[in-house]
Amino acid sequence: MLENIRLSFQGIWSHKLRSLLTMLGIIIGIASIISIVSTIKGTNEEIKNQLVGSGTNTVDVQLYSEGYVYSINSSSDIPHGIQEVSEETRQRILDIDTVENVTCYKERINSDGVFYQNKALTSVAIRGIDTSYFATTGYIIRTGRNFIEDDYANFRKVVILDETAASDLFRNESPIGQTIEINKVPFTIIGVVDEASKFEPTINSISDYYTYASSDSSGSIFMPTASWPIVYTYDEPENVIVKATSTDDMEDAGKQAEDILNATITDSESNVKYRADNLLEQARSLQQLSAATNNQLIWIASISLLVGGIGVMNIMLVSVTERTSEIGLKKAVGAKKSSILAQFLTEAAVLTSLGGIVGVGAGIGMAQVINRISGVAVSISVPASAIAVVFSMLIGIIFGFLPSVQAANLDPIEALRRE
Amino acid sequence: MILKLEHIYKDYLQGKMTVPVLKDVSLQVEEGEYVAIMGPSGSGKSTLMNIIGCLDRPTSGSYELAGQDVLKLGDNAVASVRLHSIGFVFQNFQLLPRQSALDNVALPLIYAGIRKKVRRERAKEALIRVGLEDRLNFKPTQLSGGQKQRVAIARAMVNNPKILLADEPTGALDSHSSKQVMELFQKLNEEGVTVIMITHDRGIAEHAKRIVDIFDGEISERREAAQ
Repeated sequence: MLENIRLSFQGIWSHKLRSLLTMLGIIIGIASIISIVSTIKGTNEEIKNQLVGSGTNTVDVQLYSEGYVYSINSSSDIPHGIQEVSEETRQRILDIDTVENVTCYKERINSDGVFYQNKALTSVAIRGIDTSYFATTGYIIRTGRNFIEDDYANFRKVVILDETAASDLFRNESPIGQTIEINKVPFTIIGVVDEASKFEPTINSISDYYTYASSDSSGSIFMPTASWPIVYTYDEPENVIVKATSTDDMEDAGKQAEDILNATITDSESNVKYRADNLLEQARSLQQLSAATNNQLIWIASISLLVGGIGVMNIMLVSVTERTSEIGLKKAVGAKKSSILAQFLTEAAVLTSLGGIVGVGAGIGMAQVINRISGVAVSISVPASAIAVVFSMLIGIIFGFLPSVQAANLDPIEALRRE
Repeated sequence: MILKLEHIYKDYLQGKMTVPVLKDVSLQVEEGEYVAIMGPSGSGKSTLMNIIGCLDRPTSGSYELAGQDVLKLGDNAVASVRLHSIGFVFQNFQLLPRQSALDNVALPLIYAGIRKKVRRERAKEALIRVGLEDRLNFKPTQLSGGQKQRVAIARAMVNNPKILLADEPTGALDSHSSKQVMELFQKLNEEGVTVIMITHDRGIAEHAKRIVDIFDGEISERREAAQ
């Protein structure tokens, strides 16, 4: 076998131009398939990243009622039978295999009544957060400091603003140390946070718009969850954010957290329930759409592989005719039919495998060029490249079969007589 | 008795006509003999040679090689007989042009399933035996006709077959090279190899210990060679 492979390389090398031309069909076919697959994979990853967020892998598990996020605007909105997330429940969510971190927060969306001196901030989201909120959601402190244990223990009236809220209220001055009023209670600003990686969604359709519309437009103000009852009520229901171990685990992590949380609702009649956002599902349907169009391209590219295969068969037939006396001699010195068959099959397979390898290289290059010119995201798939090489080897074996059988069945006398 | 052919007939189809090439040929060769089969072109001597070499099958008749009825063997078994029992030498050498003398000689050993290192060693020994120890890595194009034929003989002998079959071994050689090849055959025969040589050249046939004449598909005469 090894001997056959060595002989094949010798044969290919001694007919460089012919071998190259033979491989060309395979090279072009494999290269187009690889570049298409790379584009599909790149587009898919881009869709996933855009929809799911810039790699923070967080899933919101929020209270929903009749298909809409359930927002609490006053103490009368607090649903029956849903309490604060207990430490035990929090721990159970954290114990899920696919969950890396978890945070619970209380929230008032569209809160009015936030003032700095005589300036009012409207439609701001106010959140009472625990110590792991910023770490889980990927916020980092830009200026000032983070909450510390003492802030929680002593119910300190301190807040942290996000960039949007900070720039709305304080155009030219530093917000740190300033006092703002929330529901008539004064709070001291101790820091400003910002998202570690900015997520700038591309909005192409109405449905995209609704997906992203919930992102805070007027900024957020954060306070220690311990200080929440100073302005609002005790024991308000909380929303939860889980950080999954990987993007692929987001769905599972969200679903499991959702189940654990729903099990804690004591009122079985409640129409307010926890629900995990499923952005992956939306991503998948978009991916399917783009894959469907590209699959057709793959079929077209496969035709060039077929043409390449026929080219290989043609050249192998020529090669068998050319080497008739070699085959005759080998038979005379004791080669079995199967040895001759193996030799020619190996030669065809080596030829097309080489074509496949060169094709994968060319395809990767082509994908990079597509990326440079049109800006389409590409991502090289290692398994697809490996499959492409194996597939081109198969083409060699399939299309090399007929010529090889012809070689194996040559009559040695005829073969030796011809010169 | 190493070869025993009895009542061999061979017909060829030419268009719709059946042309008899061998007519009732019977031939027996003892182990260690040196036989020349002599006849003009068209006499059927090449066909006889192909049948002896298991490259062709007769239309009817029986053929035993070293006591084995080779006509009853399947393709693979016949290939094995060619591999282990018979060494071929051709008029036009039949060397693979892109391979060195050493690789050409080692070729049959590949089919015997021998490891590469051992193959090279045995091929080298065979080349030393034919006096080409200084040409191991030469390509056929770099060798003279006589040297090429000696490489071919080394290839024929590398598996230590009992029979050496030579088809016009000196047909493409000058008289000096022919003499060398004949000396080599002589030497191999003295070492115990059964040599069967086909030729149309009486001068060459005279080197054999026994000459069998073939004419028109019939063995017409048998006699001991002059020497």
